[in-house]
Amino acid sequence: MNNSALFVSLGGVLASAAPVLFAVIGETISERAGVLNLSMNGMILLSAMGSFAVALSTGSVVLGFLAGALIGALVSLVVVFASLTLLQSQVAVGFVLALLCRDLSYFLGSPIMGQVGPRISQLPIPGLEQIPVLGTILFRQDMMTYLSFILVILAWFFIFKTRPGLTLRGIGERPAAAFVRGANVNRLRYLYAVLGGAIAGLAGPIYSLSVKAGWKGTISGLDGIGWIVLSITIFGGWKPFRAAFGAYLFAFLQWLGLVLQPSLPSVPSQVLQVAPFPLMILTLLFVNIGNAEWVERSLARLPENVRRDIAKVLRAMNATPPAALGVPFEKE
Amino acid sequence: MHIELRGITKCFGALRANDNISFAVPPSSIHGILGENGAGKSTLMKILSGFYSPDSGDILLDGKKVRIASPADAIRHGIGMLHQDPLDFPPLKVIDDFILGSKGNLIPNHKSATREFRELAARFGFSIDPESYVDTLTVGERQQLEILRLLWLGARALILDEPTTGISLPQKEKLFATLKKLASEGMTILFVSHKLEDVEALCNKVSVLRQGKLVGSVDPPFATGALVEMMFGKEIALEPKAQLRFGSNVLHIKHVDLEGIRIQIKGLDLQVRAGEVIGLAGMEGSGQTLFLGACAGLAQPVGGSFCLDEDEKDMTGRTYHEFRKHGVAYLPAARLEQALVPGLTLTEHFILSEGMKGLFIDRKKAEALAKSRIQVFNIKGRPDSTVESLSGGNQQRALLALMRDPLKLILVEHPTRGLDIESTIYIWNKLKERCARGTSIIFISADLDEILKYSDRVLVFFAGRVSPPLEASTLSVERLGRLIGGKDWETLETEAAHA
Ligand SMILES: Nc1ncnc2c1ncn2[C@@H]1O[C@H](COP(=O)(O)OP(=O)(O)OP(=O)(O)O)[C@@H](O)[C@H]1O
Ligand SMILES: [Mg+2]
Repeated sequence: MNNSALFVSLGGVLASAAPVLFAVIGETISERAGVLNLSMNGMILLSAMGSFAVALSTGSVVLGFLAGALIGALVSLVVVFASLTLLQSQVAVGFVLALLCRDLSYFLGSPIMGQVGPRISQLPIPGLEQIPVLGTILFRQDMMTYLSFILVILAWFFIFKTRPGLTLRGIGERPAAAFVRGANVNRLRYLYAVLGGAIAGLAGPIYSLSVKAGWKGTISGLDGIGWIVLSITIFGGWKPFRAAFGAYLFAFLQWLGLVLQPSLPSVPSQVLQVAPFPLMILTLLFVNIGNAEWVERSLARLPENVRRDIAKVLRAMNATPPAALGVPFEKE
Repeated sequence: MHIELRGITKCFGALRANDNISFAVPPSSIHGILGENGAGKSTLMKILSGFYSPDSGDILLDGKKVRIASPADAIRHGIGMLHQDPLDFPPLKVIDDFILGSKGNLIPNHKSATREFRELAARFGFSIDPESYVDTLTVGERQQLEILRLLWLGARALILDEPTTGISLPQKEKLFATLKKLASEGMTILFVSHKLEDVEALCNKVSVLRQGKLVGSVDPPFATGALVEMMFGKEIALEPKAQLRFGSNVLHIKHVDLEGIRIQIKGLDLQVRAGEVIGLAGMEGSGQTLFLGACAGLAQPVGGSFCLDEDEKDMTGRTYHEFRKHGVAYLPAARLEQALVPGLTLTEHFILSEGMKGLFIDRKKAEALAKSRIQVFNIKGRPDSTVESLSGGNQQRALLALMRDPLKLILVEHPTRGLDIESTIYIWNKLKERCARGTSIIFISADLDEILKYSDRVLVFFAGRVSPPLEASTLSVERLGRLIGGKDWETLETEAAHA
């Protein structure tokens, strides 16, 4: 493979990671608020189908994207309403929705299956695209891929640098304490879960109007993405940049599997296809190594200053879920 | 701020937790609230801090009638509450915790917040690194952080509900100094406690509650006996220490090495005789919890051995389950998390702990058992009360009631934390009854008076160092306090050399 082809492929990796990024950031925001939205897998399928249908009938990709966000918001609204208002289990409701939405998308989508519809086009950025190497990788993408870069930065900035972001972290960690400090916990949970759902809902149209344009029913190859999104959210430690790293790592490993296949004929193709999954799990284990008791013990023997530095690094690597994730909040 | 309560009443179902309570607290004063477990102290404080709204009655702040709708509303009125378990965010950085809940720009100014945090902290001599994480702080430091935060938000009145139960002696002294300084600067302080000596040392006035009613308010000088009588409606005799005769060895610890996550104990020797009470003193995290856990088989020693009974049965490396079978019971400090099951009723707890046989539960029998135990242990609750609905003192009684009989060795953390004097005496009477029948007790307490009063011998822990067993009768609170702080340890060695 020559160099320019490699750069084009790397650009493709970034583009194929974009929908995953939207979904992961949406889920991260929701989980930061303490709401676990397990419906992700079915929701992405439903919003992919729904947005394609809207774009097809109206001829407008913008309306398609809006439809995707709306579907994501509505599905997560069902999750929060059932869990925060009706006090049902988030896990159960989310799981049922994951299955229901998937079947619904196959059922409702059968009339439009295989049709050719509108899709968003590449939008090379004049000037920047001329930069050697980087131009090819970063600046010959479509609108949503650029937005996915911006989304990660925005989400990070919001969660870690702004006052409402701090409150968002608070309601997911210790809602009782956030309540005492004036946060309307349940209203904020509604807000962030629905907002996160809308962002994640954009993953659907990014697939059906761009990355894997069209709707092909069960062979769309989208089934399962939502579960990966959920695991990347964990891998990302509920932090946008780490989540982005996870999404890119995953997209890269998948691409690598495809590229290596011809040069490794002795390895069954299935191995290369599933390899990204165990690799993700190993990374997850490594990242959380600071939690292990034996690590803490061996650290205890090191001199104080060295130990502090290592502990800081481990702490930064460590991913602990929001303490109140999935736990309803009632004052007293 | 001048706080006045007028005819505050609050009912939970048929229970009148607060019944027509009226009193006033002027600015620049520390007002103590005393009362037995379940008297209604916390309920009253929660009304003042916006958690509950009263069924009837008024709150007047600086002479103006106000309605306090929520805790956030309370702080807007200038009332800040310090909860016993600090309501903060353990995984956040101190400075983020400090900022969370404050009003201001979309992007908080960390620099100026950090500066103001440092200035406030310096005013009270607190040394907390704003960049450290909240969960690396001690309970005392987390309290300090909360106080600073409330002051920063403009609190002019502070409510403290049992603030001294989880903190060490030096931290308590620092807290008291801080409160006195704040009061001298015009702050109104309400201080809830079970410890008469704390209230006597700190307060300008004391109000006593009993069964939801205000019994009266007292000015200093305080007479302990009179306060106790107001709290319980009767005199409570502090029984003299009975001298028991000890039997043969129950536990023989031979040169044990222990390794915890941050603490190591080396070469610990101890022989505990039947009927003996050993108190473990030390600041939180000095190794006593590790040691107590090891005595129950919950932590494994890296060297040495644990033997039970006269026949020196070697239990080293055995599990808690086996220790239990040999008559060892362990009562952890976190009652609700570790020892009781929230959501289950008292009856169900008895079913679990008695290990009743058979597939089906004999409800009648279980309920009869629960009823009789509730009576014997004087628990304020019904067989069908869930454990979390019991007040702290009654949870502790329930735990005792659940212990099997007979037992060889009882290991207990903070047996009377948060309990009123009557319950404390009651619990120790029950424990001592068992001692008279040959059970030994090893307990941890942060309360030095409790250690001196109830133990026969004391082990002092400091950063993993363990003192030789000291006769409690030869120790004073002051000396014990110094040892806990790591001072005077050389004298121990010279004493040991002479002995
Ligand atoms: N949320 C509630 N629902 C029902 N009953 C309650 C509730 N809160 C308190 N009670 C009851 O009201 C009474 C007063 O409780 P409160 O917590 O005010 O007592 P307290 O004086 O603070 O006791 P302690 O010293 O044990 O903390 C108790 O009998 C308690 O069981
Ligand atoms: Mg209380």
